[in-house]
Amino acid sequence: MQEKRKSQEFKQISISEFFEKNRHILGFDSLQRALFIMVKEAVDNSLDACEEHGILPGLVVRMSKISNDVYEMSVLDNGPGIERTQVPKAFGQLLYGSRFHVMRQTRGQQGLGITASILYGQITTGEFSHITTKRPVDDVAYHFELGLDVKNNVANIKTEEPVIWKEEHGTEVKIRAKGKYITGRQSIQEYLKEVAVVNPNAKITFIDPDGSSTVFERSIEEPSKQSKPVKPHPYGLEVGELLSLSTESQSRNLKELFVENFSRISANTAVEILNKANVDVEKRPSELERIEAEKIIQSISEVKLMPPSAESLSPISEQFIRVGMLSVYGDERPGFYGRPISGAVRIHKGNPFSVEIGMVYGGELPSDQPARIIRYANKVPLLFQAGSCAITEAISETDWRQYGMEQKQGKGVPYGPAIILVHVFGPKIPYVSESKEAIAPVSEIVEEIKSVLKSEMRQLRRFNNRIERNKKMGEKFRLVSKIIPEIARKSSEILKLEIPDYRRTISKIANVVFVREEVENKDGKKSITSVINYTDEDVSFNLKIVFPFKELDLKIENLNSAQSFTHEENIDQVKGAYTGAEYFVTGINPVLVQGAEELPADWNLKGVEVNEQE
Amino acid sequence: MNRNENTEMQLRNFVNTIYEAIKNEDIPEVRIKSRTRDNIVLDNIYGVWKYGEQEVRRTARKMDGAEFIAKSLYTINFILDMLKESKSSTLREMYYISEGWKDFKFSSQDESNVLSEDMEVLTQLMREDFHLRPEENGASIIGNVTIEEKNRKNEFKRINCRDDVGDAGYNIPYNVEAEKVHLISHDADMIVALETGGMFDRLVENKFDEDFRSILVHLKGQPARSTRRMLKRMNEELGLPVYIFTDGDPWSFRIYASVAYGAIKTAHISHWLAVPTAEFVGISASDILNYDLPTDKLNDRDIAALNSELQDPRFQNEFWKSEIETMLKINQKAEQQALAKYGLNFVTDTYLPEKLNLKR
Repeated sequence: MQEKRKSQEFKQISISEFFEKNRHILGFDSLQRALFIMVKEAVDNSLDACEEHGILPGLVVRMSKISNDVYEMSVLDNGPGIERTQVPKAFGQLLYGSRFHVMRQTRGQQGLGITASILYGQITTGEFSHITTKRPVDDVAYHFELGLDVKNNVANIKTEEPVIWKEEHGTEVKIRAKGKYITGRQSIQEYLKEVAVVNPNAKITFIDPDGSSTVFERSIEEPSKQSKPVKPHPYGLEVGELLSLSTESQSRNLKELFVENFSRISANTAVEILNKANVDVEKRPSELERIEAEKIIQSISEVKLMPPSAESLSPISEQFIRVGMLSVYGDERPGFYGRPISGAVRIHKGNPFSVEIGMVYGGELPSDQPARIIRYANKVPLLFQAGSCAITEAISETDWRQYGMEQKQGKGVPYGPAIILVHVFGPKIPYVSESKEAIAPVSEIVEEIKSVLKSEMRQLRRFNNRIERNKKMGEKFRLVSKIIPEIARKSSEILKLEIPDYRRTISKIANVVFVREEVENKDGKKSITSVINYTDEDVSFNLKIVFPFKELDLKIENLNSAQSFTHEENIDQVKGAYTGAEYFVTGINPVLVQGAEELPADWNLKGVEVNEQE
Repeated sequence: MNRNENTEMQLRNFVNTIYEAIKNEDIPEVRIKSRTRDNIVLDNIYGVWKYGEQEVRRTARKMDGAEFIAKSLYTINFILDMLKESKSSTLREMYYISEGWKDFKFSSQDESNVLSEDMEVLTQLMREDFHLRPEENGASIIGNVTIEEKNRKNEFKRINCRDDVGDAGYNIPYNVEAEKVHLISHDADMIVALETGGMFDRLVENKFDEDFRSILVHLKGQPARSTRRMLKRMNEELGLPVYIFTDGDPWSFRIYASVAYGAIKTAHISHWLAVPTAEFVGISASDILNYDLPTDKLNDRDIAALNSELQDPRFQNEFWKSEIETMLKINQKAEQQALAKYGLNFVTDTYLPEKLNLKR
């Protein structure tokens, strides 16, 4: 009796039926989240499609209020379009399959997400969704009204008709669903803003339910580089995975199985692995025993393999992060844009991943509030579950006080005028949950984020030190160049006496050579470097000026006491905020110079290294 | 040497020390008595509190010191011009004139006030010597005292402060020195100085000045220098005792202290302004309890002020310590007018006679 009941309970259900009962798994667990997820899935798909085809993305996202709690989402892209017969599969069928063979970094979930959105709309409103799509090769666009046949997991097509469309190519998805539209930190608008930061080559228009629109303009005319699909690396392979692979495999023997399915495995290394595990290289994969599989896994870890290829990785890129942050956060006039830094390729469970970090600092950003951390995984902004994310953990474990930011007891999110962008990317990023809203805080990832953060923040420390030095120097400069002469002038005016020679007084106060930069903004932007000798003696030295666009070596000879030397440089070519030149000296005791540093001893060596690489 | 010549000489001396320092290839610096609560000490000769020996160094080596010296030079230049042209200006006018000093203009009225006090400390002159005068007028006097005040025609005009004035009384000018005001005669036994106008008017209406042979002085809150100087002159030259009648709160205690002991900001001229024998007949914490007066709760600033007074060397005696501590304990303050709880005549019929008899 019991046996019988059990088998009845375990009747097979289709994936769509399962989802219908468990919609929280993909993030549709509240009315606010539902609309957000729908937009996210559609936008991710559009950007992936554009990236794959080298198209500069142009997206129009519109949310319209239909009734009190029903909204219509419409996402129109200029993507490649979808072949007519593929539409039902792409939108009306929840695909399930092991993606073990595909090792590739993408934003979206390969059709799972958008179909789930259509199903969610169907469940909550009873309405089907509208898809219009056109490829450049087609004369007309095709319009579908479709939903899901939940029992059989196939598309339920109500209408399919060719239509005349003004777009050359692209896809439009319209879904009506129950939801609640919100604004703020976890809103659709914020999501699109953060998408715009890392996709500066996209033009994204958002029209909210009130009809007001926000446009994130395209600020760079260059398609994103796309990642290449690669086979998985055997590091991190698990026994179960190996066993199921061997039953499905068409390979003739185990040696071939490894060579064909994994990267970084040659015939020789496959033999080495199998010999080490005492397993016959000629054995048919379907005959692989569990105990043998365990031995193979063990020997993989003992054999030296080349690390996974970075080809499957698709970074946002230094240039995109810089341009994106500049164009989206430029209104806050940050005083400092950190050069985005990316770490090396690292491995977690055999899967390559890498970390990129960008930062803007100062200006009109609030200094009495927590720094803004914008998190990305595979170019997708993460707006939820910050508390359980690897990025948050890495930031909390970093001591920010050493970089001039406030942090309670050296733990937690720092306070200060900063926006910090952290991007973790790779073909198989571990997430906390199926809805992919937080990166699992595994130690390899957390440590790598911390290490890249350190390099990024070192720039901030250097910047802050320079600001502090410049401020002090500016004050001292004003003191000796303006106030002391004025004291001498005014006192002699009152006493009706000759103005005394105040140079000795000044050199007693300063006794340094000042190197300072002023930026002049008439008839083009100019950087004016002044070198003023406030010591008693004549000085001679070499001055290296490092502009963002070039280096300059100047020889300063016999600059007399109280004399000055100036150099002008046109800096019109600097795009965005000019953060100032760096000055280095040689041939003089650096203590005697204010505003320049001693040239690092390895300066020239570094140059050689770069040349060799080229 | 007349007064103006002396002022000019003193200021030129100061400028000369700066000039000479630069000429001798040194860094100019100015040493000035520290003008803080921690640097006031009792002067045993005058019985008032004056600055002690602590000094601060303002050196041109540092930005703020150099700016102080430069601004001082501009200020001195301005004063010397006024002396030459027989002009005078208010402190506020000087603040606005400094707009023309560009990089060396005062950043606030307070800065220019403090600097003119610093100049007094440095030269041991008074701001009247610099032809600088305050914005606010001295307060008023009603009572049987006769004075002479030089008017704009340069004639001394005789005024009896009871018979020749209206209800507002005699208005104390900003300069009350002998060159401007002569004290001629009086027929009174004491001076009663009042914090508020309301109480001044109450005592005038109740004819307290006639019934109790007193000269009433309205302090208008924290009294101006000229008001304190007038009290000092009447006390010394006419031999009249001074009684201070204020509200019962920490700020009123400070009014009494500045009249009797000398104010911290002007401790360099306490011997010129303070009346060490002045007695306090204002509302004390004990009065609040004894007379069961209507009160207000102390606010945070009141409490901070009381605690600061416990650290103030001028309040280090039995009476003030116990009154301040009592006030902190009952956490209440009261106004002079709270005495009206017992009727309009209570203050003149009962409170003041009791307080003054007690002391007499």
